[in-house]
Amino acid sequence: MRDMDKTNTDVIFAGFGGQGILMVGNLLSIAAMEEGRQVTYFPAYGVEMRGGTANCTVVISDDEIGSPVVGHPRACVVMNAPSLEKYQSMMSPGGTLVVNSSLVEKGDVKRTDLSVLFVDANEIARGVGSLQLASMVALGAYAAKTGVVGIDTLCGCLPKVVSKKYEKFIPLNISALKEGASFA
Amino acid sequence: MKDADAGTVHREFVKGNEAICHGALAAGCRHYFGYPITPQNDIPEYMSTHMAAHGGVFLQAESEVATINMLLGAAAAGKRVMTSSSGPGISLMQEGISYMAGSELPAVIVNISRSGPGLGGIAPSQGDYFQAVKGGGHGGCRIPVLAPHSVQEMYELTMHAFELADRYRTPVMILGDAIIGQMKEPYTPGLCEPPGPIDKPWATTGCAGRPRQHVKSLYLKDDDIERHNWKLHEKLQRIEKAEVRAESYHLEDARIVLVAFGTAARVCKTAIQWARKEGIAAGMIRPVTLFPFPKTLVHETAGKADLLLVVEMNTGQMVEDVMISTSHHDKVRFMGKPCAMPTPDDILAEIRLLAGKTS
Repeated sequence: MRDMDKTNTDVIFAGFGGQGILMVGNLLSIAAMEEGRQVTYFPAYGVEMRGGTANCTVVISDDEIGSPVVGHPRACVVMNAPSLEKYQSMMSPGGTLVVNSSLVEKGDVKRTDLSVLFVDANEIARGVGSLQLASMVALGAYAAKTGVVGIDTLCGCLPKVVSKKYEKFIPLNISALKEGASFA
Repeated sequence: MKDADAGTVHREFVKGNEAICHGALAAGCRHYFGYPITPQNDIPEYMSTHMAAHGGVFLQAESEVATINMLLGAAAAGKRVMTSSSGPGISLMQEGISYMAGSELPAVIVNISRSGPGLGGIAPSQGDYFQAVKGGGHGGCRIPVLAPHSVQEMYELTMHAFELADRYRTPVMILGDAIIGQMKEPYTPGLCEPPGPIDKPWATTGCAGRPRQHVKSLYLKDDDIERHNWKLHEKLQRIEKAEVRAESYHLEDARIVLVAFGTAARVCKTAIQWARKEGIAAGMIRPVTLFPFPKTLVHETAGKADLLLVVEMNTGQMVEDVMISTSHHDKVRFMGKPCAMPTPDDILAEIRLLAGKTS
């Protein structure tokens, strides 16, 4: 039904509020734009400031993008157990599923027709320097596994999503992206 | 097309709501009044941080009723003015919108709608279609309504809205939804010209050295109100004749023609691309102006096509305007979902069904 090539793709990042889900979606989108692609980013989040659900959909293509919403995502990066439960049944056959195995039981992945990558994102993030980098680790793993954008592009775009106040953390974010990428 | 390459186009990656602000500022809007409500808060947020640098006025009013009357006052003084809100707030503004239409005051009113009725929810919805295009305010008031479907259009149609507002002396509404307001995509500023300054000899700018003039919607003498109604009617007819905009998408050979606006139209585009790969001749009419509605295009297309499928994020509103535009009522089908966007897969399944294909 659809082109399953790497260049035209879509991905849902999902987890709970505060994990940096929207930030990594933004970063991927800006990196795709920097590489000359068309891209849409659509966030969805609960009414809570923290602790609610958060997810975002990123569509990347060389052509004009129609729908910014996706019924059967070609990739998902799930950062907690409820997100796996919600999205694994929706995924396109052959899709890429990146699972934060720090918070998700490996056995809960029931689909056998997906390309699954377990990343101990919380633990790796702690090793890099902060638990808050877990989503950045997962993004690095996803990008390296699929080749959708270059890790260097992601690193180069960090100043566009990290506010001035926190720019001292950019090197840590770069380490997190690279650690995640080496895992893929 | 990397930004770093020489001679390539500069693209900005922003939310639809923010692109509206860029368009308004480019169009010379220097007066924004508003009251917060989800899902359009990015607009007042942006205006509150940027308007001062442009030498303009940002004011958070005490309510939507106050907002629309501030807008009325600043518009009567000849300024380019804008407000934004969502369903419940727009309802509160309707009295003022009718006063502004009656007083022939130009303004841009943005509705990034949420689901209703009542306080409803913050989920995306196109449930404000009727309110937007059928008048909303009392006394036969109608105003042009534009429906952007991309961040680029949020920017460009905002500029166009200011141009229409000034040219016809009318409030103009931009009708978006939570998806097009909250989503981000790259857009290219500067592709179209912002409206230039326009003479407003009717504005109440202080009557020193000239006779006093009134901006009003109250007409009590003799037949004045009837004459005024005919004048407004004639203006709407001119708008209907000259200002219809619609996108024809793969329409030429289409047997199944979707009709959708805003976010729904974007999702339909993907479904149509997939349908065409399966050999189904699908296409779409996308009204860009909801009022005036592209009646002629719908009429002509309905004559040629096998079926029209109207897709909306509500339980069926624009479908009535499609019905009014054609006598082929037997060809019109509706697919809708209130408070959530059908996915391209959902729409493709419906197209297949209509095409008699089961796979």
